[in-house]
Amino acid sequence: MSGHSTYEPKSGFERWLDSRLPIIRFANDTIVTFPTPKNLNYWWTFGGILSLMLGMQIVTGIVLAMHYVPSADGAFNSVQRIMRDVNYGWLIRNLHANGASMFFLAVYMHMFRNLYYGSYKAPREVLWILGCVIYLLMIGTAFFGYVLPWGQMSFHGAVVITNLIGAIPVIGPSVTTWLWGGFAVDNATLNRFFSLHYLLPFMIAGVVGLHIWALHVPGNNNPTGVNVKSAEDTVSFHPYYTVKDGFAISVFLIMYAVFVFFMPDALGDAANYVQANPLVTPQHIVPEWYLLPFYAILRAVPNKLMGVILMFGAIATLFVLPWLDTSKVRSLRYRPTARLYYGIFFLTCIVLGFCGAHSPDDPVIPAISGPQLLDANLNSFVWLSRIAALYYFAYFWVITPLLGLTETPLPVPESISSPVLSHPASAPVGAVASPEKRG
Amino acid sequence: MLRKGFAFAALGLVLLAGPALAATTQEEPKHLEWSFDGPFGKFDKQQVQRGYKVYREVCSACHSMNLMYFRNLGQTGGPFYDPKYQNPNDNPIVKSLAHDIQVKDIDPDTGDVISRPATPADKFAPPFPNEPAARASNGGALPPDLSVMSKAREGGSDYVYSLLTGFSNTPRGVTVPPGKYYNAYFPGGAIGMPPPLTDGKVTFDDGTASTIKQEAKDVAVFLAWASDPKAEERKAFGFGAMIYLLIFSGLLYASYRRIWRNVAH
Repeated sequence: MSGHSTYEPKSGFERWLDSRLPIIRFANDTIVTFPTPKNLNYWWTFGGILSLMLGMQIVTGIVLAMHYVPSADGAFNSVQRIMRDVNYGWLIRNLHANGASMFFLAVYMHMFRNLYYGSYKAPREVLWILGCVIYLLMIGTAFFGYVLPWGQMSFHGAVVITNLIGAIPVIGPSVTTWLWGGFAVDNATLNRFFSLHYLLPFMIAGVVGLHIWALHVPGNNNPTGVNVKSAEDTVSFHPYYTVKDGFAISVFLIMYAVFVFFMPDALGDAANYVQANPLVTPQHIVPEWYLLPFYAILRAVPNKLMGVILMFGAIATLFVLPWLDTSKVRSLRYRPTARLYYGIFFLTCIVLGFCGAHSPDDPVIPAISGPQLLDANLNSFVWLSRIAALYYFAYFWVITPLLGLTETPLPVPESISSPVLSHPASAPVGAVASPEKRG
Repeated sequence: MLRKGFAFAALGLVLLAGPALAATTQEEPKHLEWSFDGPFGKFDKQQVQRGYKVYREVCSACHSMNLMYFRNLGQTGGPFYDPKYQNPNDNPIVKSLAHDIQVKDIDPDTGDVISRPATPADKFAPPFPNEPAARASNGGALPPDLSVMSKAREGGSDYVYSLLTGFSNTPRGVTVPPGKYYNAYFPGGAIGMPPPLTDGKVTFDDGTASTIKQEAKDVAVFLAWASDPKAEERKAFGFGAMIYLLIFSGLLYASYRRIWRNVAH
C-alpha cells in the first residue's frame, strides 16, 4: 500500500498466487515489513488494543446472539438465563458488557493521543475523519446494545435518546414514530435495535479497513511529529511493534480481566437488573460512563433542540479539526502553551463526564448555596457543565486556530533520529508523554 | 409537539425532583462485612441454607423468584451442593425441598389445570398468579421479584440487610400513608411491606439463634447467591486468568526488551 513492496515469493505456490491474488504480499507489506517510526511510545499501542477489542466484541456478541431472545417479553429473562444456565454464559456476557467500556476507554486514549501529537494534521486528515466515523458508529452500536437487556435503564435511556429526534422542527415527531416502529419504545423498537446492533460492528470493521489503509499511505505519525526522513528513522512493524503492542495488549487485558472477573457490574447501573417497566421511571436516567460528557452538554442547554444540536456539534467539531488547527508544528512537545490548553481540555472532558452523572440541580460543592444566575443556582452541575461545554467548543473553535498563529513553538528536531540519539538529556518530554522513556 | 414538550417537562421534573426528595429521606445502607466480598470471597453454604429457609418460610409468601429453579439449590456453588450428585436433579435434599412445594401443571390426559409436588427441574412457584392479584393482596403495592435483587439495588446486600432491619417508628414531621410502613432505607421512606422478620420467626436447623439481625443477614446472603450463582466459579476462573496474563505479560516484556535492545529510541 505504501512505497515499493519488498516481498519475494519463496515457493512455487506463493509465486503462482502472487500473480493472481497478491494477498500474501499485502499481508507482508501491511503487518510485517511496514516501516514504522522507531520512537513510538505506549500511547501508540491503543490502535492494536482497539483492533483486539473490536474482534472481542464481535466474537462474544455473535455467541450471545445465539442465546438472546429479541422480544420485549423475552429479552430480560434470556439475558439472565445466559448468566445462569448457559455454559460460561456469565463469562461471555461479562466480556461483552465490560468490553464495551474497555473499547471506549481505549478509543478515548487513542483520540487524546492523536490530539496531543497532532496526528490529525496533513497528510492524515482522511485517516482522522475515518476515525471519527468509527467513533460515531461505536456510539450508535453501544447505544443499541445497551437497550438489548431490556432493563429499566435500557428502556428509559432509549426513550430519552429517541425523544431527542422529536426536537427536530416539523418532521421530528413523525421521524421518531418511524424509528420506534410504533407510538412508543416497544417490541418493534427492540427488534430493530437488535438488528442494527448486529449490523453496525461489521460496518465498523469495514471502516477500520479503510482507516488502516489511510494509515499506511502516509505512515504513522510519531511523538516528535517530524516526518520520517530516512530508513534510519524506522523499524519494521514485525517484530518490533508486534511485540510492543503485544505487551501493551496483555497489560490492558489484565485490567479488563479485573472488571470481568472481580467486579463485573461496577460500570453498570443497578436499575438495569430490573426488567423494563414503561410505567415506572427510574430516579436518575444516566447513560453509560463513556457517553456522560455528551449527556452533560445536552442538559446544559435549556432549549431541547439547541441541546441536541450542541451535543452532535461536539462530535461534528472533531471532523473539521484538521482545518481548525493553524499550527505548523504537530507535536505538543514543542508547543508548551498549547500543552497547557490541552491539559485544561482533558480535565474539561472529565468534568463534563462528572456533570453528566449528576442531577443538573445538585450542588457541586455541598452545603454551600451559591447565587442564582438566570435559571439555575451558580453552584450547580448545570452551570458547571455550561462552563465546561463552553471551554470544550472554545478549545477547538477559538484557542486552536488562534494559538497556531500567535504562539512561538520550541525548536523542532531535524529528524526522528536526532532527538533519539541525544536521548534523554536534551529531548523535550511532554507532560503526558513520559512512557516513551521506557525500553 | 406540545404533548412531547409536556412529556419532556415531566421527565425533567422526575430527574430533578426524584433525587432531591430521595436525598432528604433515604438513608445510606449500613456497611457490613460479607463472606463473599473481594476476589477470594466465598458464600458460607450453611448461611445460604439458612437464608433459603427464611425466604421459603417468610419472603416467598409475597415475593416471587421467577429466575430460580429448585435444581439451582443443588448445582455447583449452590447451598445444597453435594459432590455425590453432579446432576442436581438427583440430589435427595433438593428433591425433598422441591417436593414440599405445590406447582401448577396441566394434566396430560385431561388438559385440566392441576397442582402437583415440584421436582428439581421446576421453577420456584410464584405466590400470586398475576400482577393484579399480587397488588390486590398487598394494598396496591407490588412485591418485586427477588431473583436478582442484590444486583438490582444500589448497595446490594448492604441495602437488603439495612431495609429488613430498618423499620422504626415514624419520626416527627414525616407522614406515612395508611397501609404503608416507615423505613428510613427505602426511597421516600414509606414502604408497602410490613416488617417481615421478628425474633424467632424461623427456626434454623443448625441451631443458630434466630434474631432479626441473623435472619436478615442470612436472607441477604441467600439473595446475593441467587443474584449471582456463578460468582464463585467466576472468581476462581478469574484467579487462573490473572496468573496466566501476568506470566504472559512478563514474557512479552522480556521479549520486547530483547528485540529492541539494539535500537536507539
